[in-house]
Amino acid sequence: MPVIEYIDAIRLAMKEEMERDGDVFVLGEDVGLKGGVFGTTKGLQQQFGELRALDAPLAESAIAGVAIGAAMAGMKPIAEMQYSDFMFPATNQIISEAAKIRYRSNNDWDCPVVIRAPIGGGVFGGLYHSQCPESVFFGTPGLKIVAPATAYDAKGLLKAAIRDPDPVLFFENKKCYRLISDEVPDEDYIVPIGKSKVMREGADLTVIGYSMPLHFAMQAAEELSLEHGIEAHILDLRTIQPLDREGILEAAAKTGKVLIVHEDNKTGGVGAEVAAMIAEELLYDLDAPIRRLCGPDVPAMPINPPGEKHFLLNKEKLKTAMLELARY
Amino acid sequence: MKQAGSVQHNYRHSSLGLSDERVVAMYKTMMMARRFDERGQLLQRAGKVNFHISGITQEPSQVAMGFAMDTENDWFLPYYRDYGFVLSLGMTVKELMLSLFAKGEDPNSAGRQMPGHFGSKRLRIVTGSSPVTTQVPHATGFALAAKMRGEPSVALVTFGDGSSNQGDFHEGCNFAGVHQLPVIFVCENNQYAISMPLSKQTRGRICDRALGYGFPGIRVDGNDPLEVYRVVKEARERALAGEGPTLIEIMTYRVTAHSTSDNDLAYRTKEEVEQHKSKDSLPVFKQYLIDAELWSEEQEADLQTEIRAVIDEANEYAEKAPFQSIEDAFRHVFAEHSGEGK
Repeated sequence: MPVIEYIDAIRLAMKEEMERDGDVFVLGEDVGLKGGVFGTTKGLQQQFGELRALDAPLAESAIAGVAIGAAMAGMKPIAEMQYSDFMFPATNQIISEAAKIRYRSNNDWDCPVVIRAPIGGGVFGGLYHSQCPESVFFGTPGLKIVAPATAYDAKGLLKAAIRDPDPVLFFENKKCYRLISDEVPDEDYIVPIGKSKVMREGADLTVIGYSMPLHFAMQAAEELSLEHGIEAHILDLRTIQPLDREGILEAAAKTGKVLIVHEDNKTGGVGAEVAAMIAEELLYDLDAPIRRLCGPDVPAMPINPPGEKHFLLNKEKLKTAMLELARY
Repeated sequence: MKQAGSVQHNYRHSSLGLSDERVVAMYKTMMMARRFDERGQLLQRAGKVNFHISGITQEPSQVAMGFAMDTENDWFLPYYRDYGFVLSLGMTVKELMLSLFAKGEDPNSAGRQMPGHFGSKRLRIVTGSSPVTTQVPHATGFALAAKMRGEPSVALVTFGDGSSNQGDFHEGCNFAGVHQLPVIFVCENNQYAISMPLSKQTRGRICDRALGYGFPGIRVDGNDPLEVYRVVKEARERALAGEGPTLIEIMTYRVTAHSTSDNDLAYRTKEEVEQHKSKDSLPVFKQYLIDAELWSEEQEADLQTEIRAVIDEANEYAEKAPFQSIEDAFRHVFAEHSGEGK
């Protein structure tokens, strides 16, 4: 099976879906000849023409709003936000419109739009090219939100998002673009929305998370195994809305010790809901208090190297937190 | 305003390509919208419904817009005062009444949304919301879809003068201008955004904003529905010919309070309102039809009786109709099975 980069998995998903279905198209800033600022849409305009890889004026609310209109008209648009930090002008369109169209029309209208936005830091992007805005949209009924950590899931989840009859926010991690490569089959497949995946089996503690920090957890887990004989069970949520309740409870029950990780800041983050879910249903199965390791509650990460490093999660931070929890 | 020509068969409506039947139908629709709207206000005052929002005096231009469009192919994105517009597109008084009473059979939202939040896929009326102007980029999206698929569809979106200040107005117009999309942006400038007069919203003319986006902006007298018809029809023809969007600013006036929750005399005078009421184009249009020998006082009396009966019946039906069941009221957050709605 070929090993490909996370960013190529995203591009391939769009290319294959555009080949498969003439209603699928991508729009956003610089998505045309340039192929996006990260190169995610490279080659799509050459293959599919100007309309289906559509350069949009620099105006995020219109990128989302026009995509929503086209989706209601029966198209399957993929709206690209250049950075998730810049998608806030589109928040009204996403929360007031896309999320509510089916419900408010009593199922008369629907809005099968995909909104892709790169999240995460570690690229010296400073405050406004590094954020994780999941919690802004999380908890909005009517939206599905996915955040893959691997190339395999990125491709399969994006295909599932494009085929989904409802609006899906696709948060791709920009640090993963070229850093993460894994096996991706040539054949068509999807990763179902709403299903988590066990990344690593273990009996001593459970790590639950999504996106980039899971790779730190995997590295830390290998070292803990070698150095301390501690085996971590790692669950990739993959979809953060709707959360895979069953998968979460199963993973938590397996070890009775839960560490939740994400790069988005701790307060009001996805981890709070995961923790509440476990507390509601499994409190007496726990052998330790639920722990969260997340981005600090500051507005966003600084660009200076020590500041950025201090903000971000890494293997060492994960290892320390996991070891402490395992020994609790 | 010269309403009728002196020579028979040279009436304004004929020269615009409107048949005698159509121009009479326009008048009937305007009157239906007016009477429905008046009933809505009464029902709210009587405590029968919780809320009503009015489009009185805006109906003639709204109906003219609807009659200028192709209901088989075009897309419509109305705003909350557009009773005349949606009636001209085929929505019935019964449907509007079901929405007013928030009943389950309401095709707009099954009684989930406030009245005036239109939507009907059958009638190509796109579901709308309360945060104003979000529908403008949607219209651009519908026009983009039409262009991509080579369909002969034009999207017409309406909004108020207050909405012309929202980012979504500018973003939607600019996008449509860049890609020369078949869309008509219609600002129903009724001079007020709740309590705020136009002078506190903008210093310029709203129609002139089209200049900045590279397409025509036309200001038209909303009390001259035949002129509104002509302008919208031309904009539609331009759109279909691939010549891009048009911004139309319909000059009108809101004679009612913003809604039944507003007391407009807190910010404007009765005299000002009365002055504008005297410019109501509904009686003028009726006189035009009489002058053209298409209408008579007898027909008028019959029409009023007929409308009264239709509204009474719809009123009674909607009042008695059930609300959506609680089990159903929380459905359709997501598709219930794959492929739903396709």
